[in-house]
Amino acid sequence: MDKKELAQRFSKKIKDLCPEREVRAIHVCGTHEQAITRYGLRSLLPDNFDLKMGPGCPVCVTPARVIDRAIKLARKGLTLATFGDMLNVPGSSSSLSDAKSDGADVKVVYSVNEAIKIAKKIDNDLVFLGVGFETTAPSNAAVLERGVPSNFSILTCHRLIPPAMELLVNLENVNFDGFIAPGHVSTIIGEDPYEKFVSEYDMSTVIAGFEPLDILFAVLKFVKQIDEEIIQLENAYERAVRPEGNIKAKEALNRVFKVVDAEWRGIGEIEDSGLRLKDEYSKFDARKKHDVTLEESRDVHPGCICHLVLTAQKTPKECNLFKEKCTPQNPYGPCMVSEEGECNIWYQYGERPSL
Amino acid sequence: MEDKVIKMEHGAGGELMQNLIKDLIIKNIEKKEAGGVGLDELDDGGSIPLNNFRGNVVLTTDSHIVKPLFFPGGDIGKLAVSGTVNDLSVMGAKPVALSSSIVVEEGFDMNKIEEIMKSINKTSKEADTPIITGDTKVMEKEEISDLIINTTGIGFCKNPVRDSGLNSGDKLIITGPIGRHGISLLSFREGFTFESDLESDVQPINSLIDSALKAGGVTAMKDPTRGGLATALNEMASKSNLGLLIKEDKIPLTDGVESASSILGIDPMNVANEGIAIIGVKKNKAEDVLSELKKQKKGKKAKIIGKAVKENKRKVVLETKVGGKRFLEAPDGDPVPRVC
Repeated sequence: MDKKELAQRFSKKIKDLCPEREVRAIHVCGTHEQAITRYGLRSLLPDNFDLKMGPGCPVCVTPARVIDRAIKLARKGLTLATFGDMLNVPGSSSSLSDAKSDGADVKVVYSVNEAIKIAKKIDNDLVFLGVGFETTAPSNAAVLERGVPSNFSILTCHRLIPPAMELLVNLENVNFDGFIAPGHVSTIIGEDPYEKFVSEYDMSTVIAGFEPLDILFAVLKFVKQIDEEIIQLENAYERAVRPEGNIKAKEALNRVFKVVDAEWRGIGEIEDSGLRLKDEYSKFDARKKHDVTLEESRDVHPGCICHLVLTAQKTPKECNLFKEKCTPQNPYGPCMVSEEGECNIWYQYGERPSL
Repeated sequence: MEDKVIKMEHGAGGELMQNLIKDLIIKNIEKKEAGGVGLDELDDGGSIPLNNFRGNVVLTTDSHIVKPLFFPGGDIGKLAVSGTVNDLSVMGAKPVALSSSIVVEEGFDMNKIEEIMKSINKTSKEADTPIITGDTKVMEKEEISDLIINTTGIGFCKNPVRDSGLNSGDKLIITGPIGRHGISLLSFREGFTFESDLESDVQPINSLIDSALKAGGVTAMKDPTRGGLATALNEMASKSNLGLLIKEDKIPLTDGVESASSILGIDPMNVANEGIAIIGVKKNKAEDVLSELKKQKKGKKAKIIGKAVKENKRKVVLETKVGGKRFLEAPDGDPVPRVC
């Protein structure tokens, strides 16, 4: 059977099992959104099934304050290395790209290892701005444990997915039936952290892979749970996600980082949702190594609804700036910058047509 | 040739320039006239005699600024001839004559010009279209990068075929695999060598288009150059005030483009093509046109990729590989600059 036929079968089965009431699932992963939009999967779901994206874009949830700090460090004369996506994200009043145009030494790298290679070649102090969820934090932990040059430090902005999912559950104006949980994050953290969504909040939770059929398969499991009224945690991505996750990666995270309350852009502080370097790594912690004074930061620029998009309260289409004042070439909000941002993805691949 | 590089004097109108034109340009071009005054005469222009002509004269022009000048599957010369010949062809016209105007940077290697002229000659023969007039100018170093070629073309047709001519129910045919020009150029520039079939599709397709027109029922045509298939389809949809329904799994792709575009993260739908066309055909003639196209080497991979519909006016709906539907948006600009 080819993919199309299989997808049609999943689609039919989902439509058969889906109850007549409004059903809503939230996923929290930019890569999921890419596949869903790129392959037009929403058009294969019943009209009363709403599949929304939550805060699954690390670049988008990085607070303006962190970007402001990076900009200050770069303007102070340090070499600042980061992923390409971060360059155009607006901070409180400017971006790293603006600093670069003004002559600051801002370098685009594809990995932390590349940043270390650059640090080894230069005399200047280099700060690596490392953002990301549970998936990217382990590589930063690993390089710090292996040892880095003395002119290297890291400005981390790591956020944890399960606490953000919990925030969504507790938001009064977001009503939904459960989660399509992120495959990549789950390969690291395993299944356990999702248990509470089932036991405490009675939410269906299905871990999904990234092929279009993986996602449809997970949605099928999701509606089946609702149809049978058996709410549980299921792993629909067993070929990659082990129940215990990646133990080595988790141990490395625990050795290098501590869990702290953390700010999410436009959303606010979420308890135990971030990672900070432990004290023994202070000399590589850019926050401690390089002092800068920061003015008050501004996460949400006037008219931007990224924070509502990130919390599944709105879709990009509901934003007045979308495709008008805000485009990938000239992004106004963070969700239009990153390839994992919902606005950027909807801009590139188009919305679901009314058929 | 004594001088190996272009000097300012080569563009100054004197003997050096005359020699350059004779030795480098005229010597290398074989098809030089269209029944009237031709390139050999070195007059102020070329001429095309008309006897009792009724119909439309189609005029088109294109300046070519590709980087690098020589790329897998072609060069700026082949591109300059093909681009203009194809523009005339998708207007439904038979190309009759071209002009070629070259602006070159001081210090440019003459051997390279000769190579480009040979390529122009070869392509003009392939397209059976003469170059009947031309111009050469030299600019100071760094005032221009390398060389640009402008070609202008004249073609004849009874009635031009417009990109706005679609009617609801018309089928859309693509004459060959998409994305080859843009993706191969980008891969080459980035220094990636993927698979051997990753070459530009640049080629004149006037005879291919001619066979489609002869089969009958053609209502609209467009060549998906800069901005690729996505841009061309959106333009056709909005100009004809119809929706287009396109099936992704029918769009022909070479293995090379498929793998390279996924590595480069660039959608082959958004990049330039230089040797294919989109043809809108009346439903009952679509199979006839397709089989005529397939008889030719350049049309072997032709496919019916979708149809024009009344719903979703001025939008293109893509049915994806798994059967999901979404709008196919035109990119803001071609993601690969300086390609044609």
